[in-house]
Amino acid sequence: MNAVLAPTALDAVLQHPGIWRRSSSAQPHVRALPTGLTDLDAVLPGGGWPCGAVSEILCEYDGVGELSLVMPALAEMTQRAQRIVFVTPPYIPYAPALAAHGVDLRYVVQIDANPTEGAWSAEQCLRSGSCGAVLSWLPIADYTLLRRLQLAAESGDALAFVFRPAKAASKTSPAALRLQLHTDAEQTDIEILKCRGTIDRRKPTRLRCRA
Amino acid sequence: MLWACLYFSDLPLRAVFEDVELNGLCAVVDGPRQRQHIVMSTERAQKFGVRAGQPLAAARAICANVQARTRDVAAEQRLLKSLAAWAYRFSSQVSIAEPDALLIEIGASLNLFGGWPKLERRLRHALARIDYKPSIAAAPIPAAARVLAGHGDNYFIEHPDPMLSALDYIPIAKSGLSEKSVSLLYNVGLRTLRDVFALPRPELARRIGPSQIDLLDRMRGRVADLLTLYEPPPHFDNRVELDDRVEAWPPLLFPLRRLCNELSLFLTARDGGVQRCDIVLDHEDRTNTRVVIELLTPQREAKALYDLARSRLEHATITQPVCGIALVAKDLPELKPRHKDLFEPRREQGMDWPSLIERLRAHLGDTSVRGLSDVADHRPDRAWSFDDNSLTAPKRTPSTVTTLRPPRPIWLLHHEIPLRTASTRILAGPERIESGWWDGADMRRDYYIVQTGEGQRAWAYVAAGCLDGWMLHGWFA
Repeated sequence: MNAVLAPTALDAVLQHPGIWRRSSSAQPHVRALPTGLTDLDAVLPGGGWPCGAVSEILCEYDGVGELSLVMPALAEMTQRAQRIVFVTPPYIPYAPALAAHGVDLRYVVQIDANPTEGAWSAEQCLRSGSCGAVLSWLPIADYTLLRRLQLAAESGDALAFVFRPAKAASKTSPAALRLQLHTDAEQTDIEILKCRGTIDRRKPTRLRCRA
Repeated sequence: MLWACLYFSDLPLRAVFEDVELNGLCAVVDGPRQRQHIVMSTERAQKFGVRAGQPLAAARAICANVQARTRDVAAEQRLLKSLAAWAYRFSSQVSIAEPDALLIEIGASLNLFGGWPKLERRLRHALARIDYKPSIAAAPIPAAARVLAGHGDNYFIEHPDPMLSALDYIPIAKSGLSEKSVSLLYNVGLRTLRDVFALPRPELARRIGPSQIDLLDRMRGRVADLLTLYEPPPHFDNRVELDDRVEAWPPLLFPLRRLCNELSLFLTARDGGVQRCDIVLDHEDRTNTRVVIELLTPQREAKALYDLARSRLEHATITQPVCGIALVAKDLPELKPRHKDLFEPRREQGMDWPSLIERLRAHLGDTSVRGLSDVADHRPDRAWSFDDNSLTAPKRTPSTVTTLRPPRPIWLLHHEIPLRTASTRILAGPERIESGWWDGADMRRDYYIVQTGEGQRAWAYVAAGCLDGWMLHGWFA
């Protein structure tokens, strides 16, 4: 290393979300799209879903509010004429409900495929740079696959939402953000398992999302 | 008018030795089976002494290794036709001069191509790329251009007078007159066309016949030449015969690439695109397998077509040995090239939306990638539908059907299933949906929003008025 880094190049390096300097109290720069939940936005670095990265949502059962969580972001994207893609959803994404959440259906695409091809499709969509968000349900998701999706999301600057069962919480994951939904008969809570960037430990990492 | 003639002297050889390098020992033979004679031979064969007109037996005696194939006039015509299709890019007036030449009207667009030297270089360059070296001549009269091209290369005569004097020096053997007339005139002591032109017309006509006189008149422009102009076929239907019987797709890719290139050239000449084409795989028992390629938007580019065709061919099941592959395209709409913004920020390796969708559809199947839309119907199953318009260009205005509806679940189950969870709690309902008596699919149901013991929110129904027999229809995810 004998090259002298130009100050601008160094600044660019320090801007990288993966780098945090102990000496500075500033939050590393994270580009994010608001989730629509004020409490959650306040906690998450950058104030929302990280752009160009994988966000994992883990839940044990279907129908606990896992999709409502991403709906405001999706609605905003379609309003800005960005495409959102559902890759191998377990059920039918119900058009009237999506429309009621403010999603412009003209920008919604659904892809049905077997698990391997589903993973391939999700990666293609993310990498292409022409999709705003890709929501995928991948039963074969493992570290390698998520890493691929993460790289694809970075190169295509798209939001990747990966929905996985709760038992995946114990496994390591390269996702930039991991949320787990805990439910009981009364309420649903969100727990932030992991997020890229610093998080204020004084604030609760478990939030009420549906009472 | 100015006509360029491309004279393909080795066409008979090219037509039958498509698969062999033409620098070998090859010869084309013709005539009755017992007394076949050489029509044309390659340069290397000529060095051994194999010449046109020689009986095949004599040629074999001189050179035992000569590879002889029977002349195929139909193949020559096919070849000439494909060359005419190729030449169509240079002029809209292309005529096939049987048996071995093409006439192209270049006068109208000479300025466009920047003059004859440039056009000629361009023609030769483009021909060399498809491995042809014809002799080229240009003259104001098509028949004269043909004669000049047969005599030598590189004639370019723009005006009739120098053309006539050039014709004067053409030996009669190369004048295009019939063999009988040539030998007759030669025996009288005539050597060039000047000698023939000098003869008194009635006497000459009596000896060589009116058709030959007509030819002489046409090359001097004394009578109008009626040329049939080449018309590009309205459809694309090209076929490649395979030498072996093929039972899997990989060996089909090479001919497929060639077909796609041909299709692309064809489309460029038409200034059109292709939206739907079929790959037809022929089997020995005259049945065939069709692989349909449907595209969302018209395409023209050879590489894109090949990639899309290839991934569909990979998914096709080939049950029997394939002996030929064809590409048929009948639906040839206009192509409107996509305009890209000069200042549009583009990422490297990025792919625009239409190519992404085409790629996904090619890989997964045409019905695997769908758009969604809502429908004005109260029955939950019918309140949505697939809608592929959004895949291409979202132009329709956003629908406003759903503004005043009670809450609907984001997940709808493909089929209703009995709701089997203990300790449920009704959060909202009932909402009675009673509709469809007019089309035979009537329903009377009470829908409730139900919370299960696990915290799931379900959209469940019972038959109207009942309180048991709960069916799950969706999840408020």
